[in-house]
Amino acid sequence: MTHLMILPVVIPMLAAGWLLLNHRASIGRQRVWSILSTSALVALGVWAVIAAQVDFHTYWLGNWQPPFGIVLVLDRLSAMMLLLAALLALFCVLYASRGSDREGPHFHALFQFQLMGINGAFLTGDLFNLFVFFEILLLASYALLLHGGGRARSRAGLHYVVINLLGSALFLLALGILYGLTGTLNMADLAIRIAAASPDDQTLLRGAALLLMVVFGIKAAILPLLFWLPRAYSASSAPVAALFAIMTKVGFYAMVRVLLIVFGLDSVQPLNADVFLWLWPLALITLGLGAVGILGAASLRTMAAYMVILSSGLLMASFAMAEATILAASLFYLLHSTCLAAVFFLLADLIGRQRAEGYDLLSVTAPLTSRWVLGTLFLVSAVSMAGLPPFSGFVSKAWLLQNAIDHPQYLWLWGITLVAGLFMIAALSRAGSGWFWKPEPYTGRQRRRLDPARVATVSVLIGISAALALFAAPVMDYMSATASQLYQPSAYVEAVLGETALAKGGLTP
Amino acid sequence: MELMFSVALGILTSCGVFLILRARTFSVVLGLTLLSHAVNLFLFSMGRLTSGAPAIVGLTPTSADPLPQALVLTAIVISFAMTAFVVVLSLKAAVELRSDHVDGENPNEDRP
Repeated sequence: MTHLMILPVVIPMLAAGWLLLNHRASIGRQRVWSILSTSALVALGVWAVIAAQVDFHTYWLGNWQPPFGIVLVLDRLSAMMLLLAALLALFCVLYASRGSDREGPHFHALFQFQLMGINGAFLTGDLFNLFVFFEILLLASYALLLHGGGRARSRAGLHYVVINLLGSALFLLALGILYGLTGTLNMADLAIRIAAASPDDQTLLRGAALLLMVVFGIKAAILPLLFWLPRAYSASSAPVAALFAIMTKVGFYAMVRVLLIVFGLDSVQPLNADVFLWLWPLALITLGLGAVGILGAASLRTMAAYMVILSSGLLMASFAMAEATILAASLFYLLHSTCLAAVFFLLADLIGRQRAEGYDLLSVTAPLTSRWVLGTLFLVSAVSMAGLPPFSGFVSKAWLLQNAIDHPQYLWLWGITLVAGLFMIAALSRAGSGWFWKPEPYTGRQRRRLDPARVATVSVLIGISAALALFAAPVMDYMSATASQLYQPSAYVEAVLGETALAKGGLTP
Repeated sequence: MELMFSVALGILTSCGVFLILRARTFSVVLGLTLLSHAVNLFLFSMGRLTSGAPAIVGLTPTSADPLPQALVLTAIVISFAMTAFVVVLSLKAAVELRSDHVDGENPNEDRP
């Protein structure tokens, strides 16, 4: 047991506390603390990825033994998500430090609380604790979404808050059912007891599983539950929206974790098969809807929001195919799509600032400065997002489609993904040609200088996409190992509770 | 006792859902509050309903399950904070948008 495991939760918590107590400190000092804390998280993420390759790591909070205490579990999936969240957050906080954090008070404190909730949700091995960390990240995200104020944010924020409060209520209902039937909320212990549950309880357990799917579906934005997303993401400020690109992935993570570990231990008739039956068509329609949304979007921010929906649909659809090799490919796609969605939110702001009018509206043709730099950035990220070679979009989609070919229903995934890709190419090339080719050269009297720090931040984030393609082989090995680890829930249970608990059918208090 | 409890839960939940589906923020907030009450009671009942049994082992022959009580306490704190937040947010939205409709505008207002 190593105390490093708790640090991804403790560091942002302390940083946020310091920032709240010293809210009168100059914005420069606040930025330094926030960036320091986020950089420490990146280092911890790297450590987590290296450590998780050896074995599972568990951490008993306060050294309370199971079944009384709360356990944190670090496995390959959570390590990878920790690193991804920390990297993304670092770029967001660097971008925000160029001015967006001045729009309102407490930006950095809220940002750190958000990271605390996200990291906690990735690490926890207890279902009620997952609820608590969800609430932490949601409460911080409400405030971040509204940060800076304005009518659009109030309107979008209200929808976002109400639907997530409803989601929390449903989450608690599902937890209540699970606790009432099994008497435990520890994920590993739950897995054993659900696998051994009597046939009378199956209906209620199935209800709990589907309720949890609805809850995580709200977070991950799958079909009937996604209409809050485009408005909320396009109303928030650029770095916040870029950070929110990881939020739908938190929903995906929770769904993978709960369905494969908690409901997946029973090898004869696993409960998760029912959920996959629902998830498969809904995810495919989400994917298609995302593509239509991209084509019909009126501004680049809305387009990026629909890209988040599209990637969420593709992730869910490939997850619902319920095979380890496909899940490995979709985890690679998760890395790529999170980075690229964040890039587009930042690009929308970067380009919008350089245009004479219209900010990021696609219908406005306005002259812009630094058209070469911005055009190149836009081209590279559009090529990567649409899945054309040579960047990570191509690698991840090709691998996903290749692995899916053995599945009986692969044609659905192939067809919808490829048509969605075509829609995306059409929409992005229309946006790019309208913005960079059509307008006259910029002749305005007002000097609009391109901020080099912002450009550097976005370029490095795009560079990660290129790096993912360059070093695809080790990443793919890691993902394959992650997926096969997820499809062996008994190893997880054994690592958390020990062999004896697995043999005798759960812990007895 | 079980029957009364479940009827109360059912009434609370259905009123909550009905109010959440209304178009004005005030009723939505009320609905969320009723729903969170229902959820808290539901969580509480998950340790099975016992009367006259403290949550400490050894004082009486039967003892109540303490964990749901702890869970309810957490859930109450969170839902209390969230309700406060959503009340402030809907006030802010009502002032800024000059309308207490959940969409910020009444879609049927201009119709004859």
